[in-house]
Amino acid sequence: MTAMFEDYQGSDGPAFDEMFDGPSLRAPYERLRASLHDVTVPELAGRLESLQTSYLDQGVTFDIGGEERAFPLDILPRVIEMETWSTIEHGVQQRVRTLERFLEDVYDAGQVFLDGVVPRSVVATSSHFHRASAGIRPANGVRVHVSGIDLIRDNAGEFRVLEDNVRVPSGVSYVMTNRRAIASALPEPFAEHRIRPVASYPQRLLAALRAAAPAGVADPTVAVLTPGVYNGAYFEHALLARTMGVELVEGRDLECRRGRLMMRTTNGLEPVHVIYRRVDDEFLDPVHFRGDSLLGCPGLIDAARAGQVTIANAVGNGVADDKLVYTYLPDLIRYYLSEEPILNNVDTWRVGDADAREEVMDRLDELVLKPVDGSGGKGIVIGPRADKKELDELRTKVLEDPRAWIAQPVVQLSTVPTFVDGRLGPRHVDLRPFAVNDGNRVWVLPGGLTRVALAEGELIVNSSRGGGSKDTWVLAGTGSGSRPHHVEQDHLAPPQSTGPAMDDLTSTVEQQQQQQQQRTTPGDEEVATC
Amino acid sequence: MLSRIAESMFWIGRYVERAEDTARILDVQTQLLMEDSAGEEEVTCRNLLSIMGVPAPADTPVDTALMLEMLAYDSTSPASVAAVLGAARESARRARETLSVAMWEALNTTYRGVASGQFRMLRGHNTYRWVRDRAALINGAADATMTRDEGWQFMVLGRSIERADMTSRLVATAALAGGIGAPWTSTLHACGGYEAFLRTYKGLETERGAAEFLLLDRLFPRSVVFALNRAEQCLDNLEASGSRAGISNDAQRLLGRTRAELEYRSLSDVLADLPAEMERLQRTCALATEAVTRRFFAGAETKDWSGVRI
Repeated sequence: MTAMFEDYQGSDGPAFDEMFDGPSLRAPYERLRASLHDVTVPELAGRLESLQTSYLDQGVTFDIGGEERAFPLDILPRVIEMETWSTIEHGVQQRVRTLERFLEDVYDAGQVFLDGVVPRSVVATSSHFHRASAGIRPANGVRVHVSGIDLIRDNAGEFRVLEDNVRVPSGVSYVMTNRRAIASALPEPFAEHRIRPVASYPQRLLAALRAAAPAGVADPTVAVLTPGVYNGAYFEHALLARTMGVELVEGRDLECRRGRLMMRTTNGLEPVHVIYRRVDDEFLDPVHFRGDSLLGCPGLIDAARAGQVTIANAVGNGVADDKLVYTYLPDLIRYYLSEEPILNNVDTWRVGDADAREEVMDRLDELVLKPVDGSGGKGIVIGPRADKKELDELRTKVLEDPRAWIAQPVVQLSTVPTFVDGRLGPRHVDLRPFAVNDGNRVWVLPGGLTRVALAEGELIVNSSRGGGSKDTWVLAGTGSGSRPHHVEQDHLAPPQSTGPAMDDLTSTVEQQQQQQQQRTTPGDEEVATC
Repeated sequence: MLSRIAESMFWIGRYVERAEDTARILDVQTQLLMEDSAGEEEVTCRNLLSIMGVPAPADTPVDTALMLEMLAYDSTSPASVAAVLGAARESARRARETLSVAMWEALNTTYRGVASGQFRMLRGHNTYRWVRDRAALINGAADATMTRDEGWQFMVLGRSIERADMTSRLVATAALAGGIGAPWTSTLHACGGYEAFLRTYKGLETERGAAEFLLLDRLFPRSVVFALNRAEQCLDNLEASGSRAGISNDAQRLLGRTRAELEYRSLSDVLADLPAEMERLQRTCALATEAVTRRFFAGAETKDWSGVRI
């Protein structure tokens, strides 16, 4: 056993340990441990330190309260076998296809309400339902160009969906930068695994965005819309724009003229056909939403309605990732696709339903209560960790507006070995795979962002709450990871040496210089003549 | 390219050049102050602050330490090297997607050197050398990795205008130092042009020669005329229209006229009142910047009259 893994026994709680199955190793981690056999703890700590410095130098950072910090990355990767990944991939694809169908329905005929699958009130009362979006038909039918479906692994090791993000899911830039950083920090295991690459994401995204362009535009101009440098995810916006080779615009760079979206350039106004916006709905167009917003562009919604510009992701998608709608997703999958869900939800009570409410109120101290429109872990109350006063406050709030809450049992997220404070310890993780829909196919980036709660026992993994991340390796082929065969090549001739024969020349010059030196010694009469 | 990004590129060029040139000026001046035992410290420091356009505090004595604080280390003092490097990085962050990785990293690690306090720990000559090294690294990374597109032209335009401005300040400080030490020699050293000057003037070192070299030499990259020429070229490249007669670009007109005046007037004329002449030059640079801003960075506004390009 290596020094590094010597003391590490995995998790001893009820949580699923992704590395150990009792005393024995699970298959995907055998190779990882073997390949790190010779790496000692101090060496690993050294590599971690240089990794963090390199993140600061590269500017791979995020903002907490105005302070720029290196995005925290744990040095040990999380490994997922091909078979397991295949389930996730199909499950995510199924989910995204369903959400697309649901959104299309919500902003059009509303058949799903008429058929009694989901009460109309669920959508009508959602703060993310925007009538402004009704009647806007996306050029290629896609509303969820990019999605991030949050998964956790429950006590039995089964991946379950925790929430859907179909507005502006972030984090994909860290998937790409983490991969590069870990490849250079851990060359040994990297060389011994066959890992599916993640670098093609920007090309996939660009292709999907171009495919979504308004009809009749042969060579569409795509731009990424950012709130600006003070946004916490600015690094990501810049990276996506850079790797796609498109402009990164702010609201003040944009202007709508005659129903078209234009950007201000040194040559005057130029049209934009597809805008990958990373600005929330409410700030996107002061004409329709918040009138005081400086982040968006007045007239954008009307330009979209006129079919002159495609907004990705579509405005009003929030109704589909509302946590209350989430509870209906298994039914929606059966309704729209006539399939059984591949990935299950976490068991959830709708507090708005009278029966459920009664049970939830009785068991507040053992459940997790979540606001339906919250994100980033905001407003979540974990019953077993709350004191009486907090629970009383929660009870009052929930009863005031039951529609605004769901309840779930406390799920122990699975654990993965993580290097914290100079030693390995089990830490809870979740997983956000990213999917890109180009209208023909939902493509799932192999890996996704593994977020890890760096504090021991902590269950909330969001980076806004001090969480870190891990590189996520999806293995190609079976877990045994055979490496590709070396291909015999014709031997190339060595580079031809051209130019003057430097060696001779140098030695001649050297000799002359040495002679010169001797002659210029003090007292030498030749000095004056040379 | 986006007007806002073009503006960022222009200012990256200016800020990096300003940091470097401020360091060069401080290098000369601190050395002269050290050599000067007569104790004119207060006057010299105040003069230098005034030449750099920084209001000196009226009620407290100004010594070398305070001057260095204001011009080098204090990141809240807008003219300081620390502040200017921070501003360059901020501009780069706003244009992040257009910069090459190499150039961004050079700028970002430089800024980190300031933010982490490492820059403040440096003293004396090491400070100036560090700034020069960093600027060389940033410019070198840009040279080697950026395409010569509009963004590049704007960056070099900014750098050139700033260089003309700052070289004129260097010349003014040398003229100001008057009798003490050997200001022209130090100034030439600070520009990294002492050897080039000696070769050009065959070792004949005169004040007049040095001034001529720093102002008018067409081959030395830090001379005023060289910088103005380069700025004109950039503007030429940026004006794609290629008008056949006259100059339609205000900035180009301003810079071209000033360059021609320097080149065609007799040297004695120019040297007669060097400080005033240099101030005029600095005003030209400021006006040219305003003209560039109006012409390129205001974006749509300038197009209002000619209608929308679709």
